[in-house]
Amino acid sequence: MAQASDLSKINEKSPYYDITPGNQIYGGGGAREFHTGEWRVKTPVIDWNKCTQCLLCTPVCPDSCIAVKDGKRQDFDLDHCKGCGICEKACSFGAITMKEGI
Amino acid sequence: MSIRERMSGNEAVSYAIKQINPDVMAAFPITPSTEIPQMVSTFIANGEMDTEFIPVESEHSSMSAALGASAAGARALTATSSCGLAYMWEILYVAASDRLPIVLALVNRALTGPININCDHSDSMGARDSGWIQIYAENNQEAYDNFIQSFRIAEHPDVKLPFMACQDGFITSHAVENIELLETEVVKNFVGEYNPENYLLNSEMPMAVGPYANSPFYMETKYNQRMAMKNAKKVILDVAKEFEAISGRSYGFFEEYKTSDADVAIVIIGSAAGTSKEAVDKLRENGIKAGVLKIRVFRPFPGEEIAEALKNVKYAAILDRAESFSAYGGPLGSEIKSALYDAKSNCTAINYFYGIGGRDYTVEAAEGVFEELIDIMNGNKEIEQFKYIGLRQ
Amino acid sequence: MAFNFKEVMSKPERLAPGHRMCAGCGGTITVRTVLRALKPEDKAVIGNATGCLEVSSFMYPYTAWEDSYIHNAFENAGSTLSGVETAYYALKKKGKIKDNYKFITFGGDGGTYDIGLQSLSGAMERNHDLVYVCYDNGAYMNTGIQRSSATPMYADTTTTPVGKNSVGKMQNRKDLASIIANHDIPYVGQSTLIGTMKDLYEKAERAIYTPGAAFLNVMSPCPRGWRYETADIMKICKLAVETCYWPLFEVIEGRWILNYEPKKKLPIEDFLRPQGRFKHLFKPENEELLVKYQEEVDRRWEELLYKCAR
Repeated sequence: MAQASDLSKINEKSPYYDITPGNQIYGGGGAREFHTGEWRVKTPVIDWNKCTQCLLCTPVCPDSCIAVKDGKRQDFDLDHCKGCGICEKACSFGAITMKEGI
Repeated sequence: MSIRERMSGNEAVSYAIKQINPDVMAAFPITPSTEIPQMVSTFIANGEMDTEFIPVESEHSSMSAALGASAAGARALTATSSCGLAYMWEILYVAASDRLPIVLALVNRALTGPININCDHSDSMGARDSGWIQIYAENNQEAYDNFIQSFRIAEHPDVKLPFMACQDGFITSHAVENIELLETEVVKNFVGEYNPENYLLNSEMPMAVGPYANSPFYMETKYNQRMAMKNAKKVILDVAKEFEAISGRSYGFFEEYKTSDADVAIVIIGSAAGTSKEAVDKLRENGIKAGVLKIRVFRPFPGEEIAEALKNVKYAAILDRAESFSAYGGPLGSEIKSALYDAKSNCTAINYFYGIGGRDYTVEAAEGVFEELIDIMNGNKEIEQFKYIGLRQ
Repeated sequence: MAFNFKEVMSKPERLAPGHRMCAGCGGTITVRTVLRALKPEDKAVIGNATGCLEVSSFMYPYTAWEDSYIHNAFENAGSTLSGVETAYYALKKKGKIKDNYKFITFGGDGGTYDIGLQSLSGAMERNHDLVYVCYDNGAYMNTGIQRSSATPMYADTTTTPVGKNSVGKMQNRKDLASIIANHDIPYVGQSTLIGTMKDLYEKAERAIYTPGAAFLNVMSPCPRGWRYETADIMKICKLAVETCYWPLFEVIEGRWILNYEPKKKLPIEDFLRPQGRFKHLFKPENEELLVKYQEEVDRRWEELLYKCAR
């Protein structure tokens, strides 16, 4: 039975024998452990009173940071959101505002 | 029961492919390897095997497709020669780095510049640092035998490296000679099923291959490749032993032909070893202690073992069939000299070039080399390195 | 299959966050949309030519892909996936694989229009059951915005810089969708990022679930290379379509179909103006270039209308 790669063991201090043969990685989506949210300057903030759950903001996110659950969008994944602001423009109801200093 | 046949080297390799019946073959024609994909396609068309054949639009794509198939979990192979191998170059390194046990049937031919369809080793020797195992055949029998051992070595968990099974273009690939074939069932049992632990099409566990891995990881990755190449030495010998049990034919890193008591020896790769052996037999009749060391395994390079095999030889001619244009010798010459130096050997090595672009290498030429070694040994001649045998001057 | 936006957006996400693509990247919006078109129960192997997407989405040891993924080199995404797809049939035939797999490969315009064209052409001609998706951002963005054969006319790039003797790239962009359509493969689609992504989603679905080779050409803007504010991507894409610079069409079994015809075709300036790479075209002395640009867009649009009317 194939085992998923233990990403915690693979870093810039790992000895050669912990570097996977052929640099192959087993198991998907490990990039989640890398938090690109640190790149962000402006942060999207949602006003749930204005949000109509039209979902137009969800497909336009380049960083898969707006999850949809039971037909409703969830709050932003700020661990990964890079603050591009595309969602703010996609919202026709003014429910998303990009704010600095959050 | 072995089967006695008459076959060319290309037929022998194609027959081995048919017996192994790998999952995927991708190939593009190039002289003198063209017959291999043709014959395999014919076997498939006639229902004699069920390998999926991809008639790609170039060698770059044949190596790329073989790589994709291998990563996907298939036993994959290709065949090529000369410029075809050169065109694959970039992907040879990727295959080795990805640790994919692809097998490549190489029919050695001179690299273009100018175009020349005849044999030399400039194609495979140029790829010697690509991370592939390289094993060379002297004749059709060895081409067949090496190919049958190839997947076992490449796929071994301690190795997982791609494998280049080399034979000399036309001289071996097209000359029809006697051959002993194994029963297909025996071959199938020997080679076995390929069931990798991880592969792209493993529905239990997705796999990602071919990352961007910069300096924090690159060196460790290369070291792991080197370790695998080192491991291949034991595996090559173990597989050869098992192969001997089913075939009665024994193989090692090299063949020592009358070298144990030899004063002078030729070290050579491929079909020209046979020519050199004939010269040895003639010289032995006249009481001259001559021998031939025929290198079978060039990658991994068995440097210590070669030095050991040459330890009683006083003067050895290392014959290269490929220029390196260092203006300081060929690949085989350089590496064997380095091995002799590390072993503090008393054997003096003199590097020659022969057979470049298919230039004839005759028994008389081999005798000439031995005579030169003897003259040097007797103090009648100065050592001259890097001579071209058969050069018009 | 009617397009139900809510249902579509509820499908599992197959590109994980944490990849290192730039903020506002159009490429990953394209990738997310295409992958969403996979049936959740189907498995996939994703191929990728070298480019921004590759170096950012599988930076060892972190893969952003939930599915199996293979990157080989820059110029061979087509042939690499040919090998994977062929292995699937070989192993399926031997009973070693039970699940259904789909094969999708992504390449930028560098890996698709240029260095990878031969490998792509081979994979299409052999009609492997795979989808090749070009996320076309109109230049070699990964190496720093050099021109490609997909770069639009007069664009300012680092190898066609605007200067005293230069007004940017002198050639028109290559019409790759037509070239691939002329391989006579079952499906070719051209799309970009519009609204709910219905157009791209449906084309991706058709491409993935049509047996045989399929090709999608998706304009995927690059805010750095095109020089616009990251937030404006959807506006830029809409203008590309409304000016008929980037028409939405598909070619099904050789039949050309226009998917959208603007009620009022907007002038090409509307698409060019928001982008810094075309800033020089709006200097008074370059007025004539804009006229030429419009002529070129019109010519190609007419040609497309003709193909679709047949």
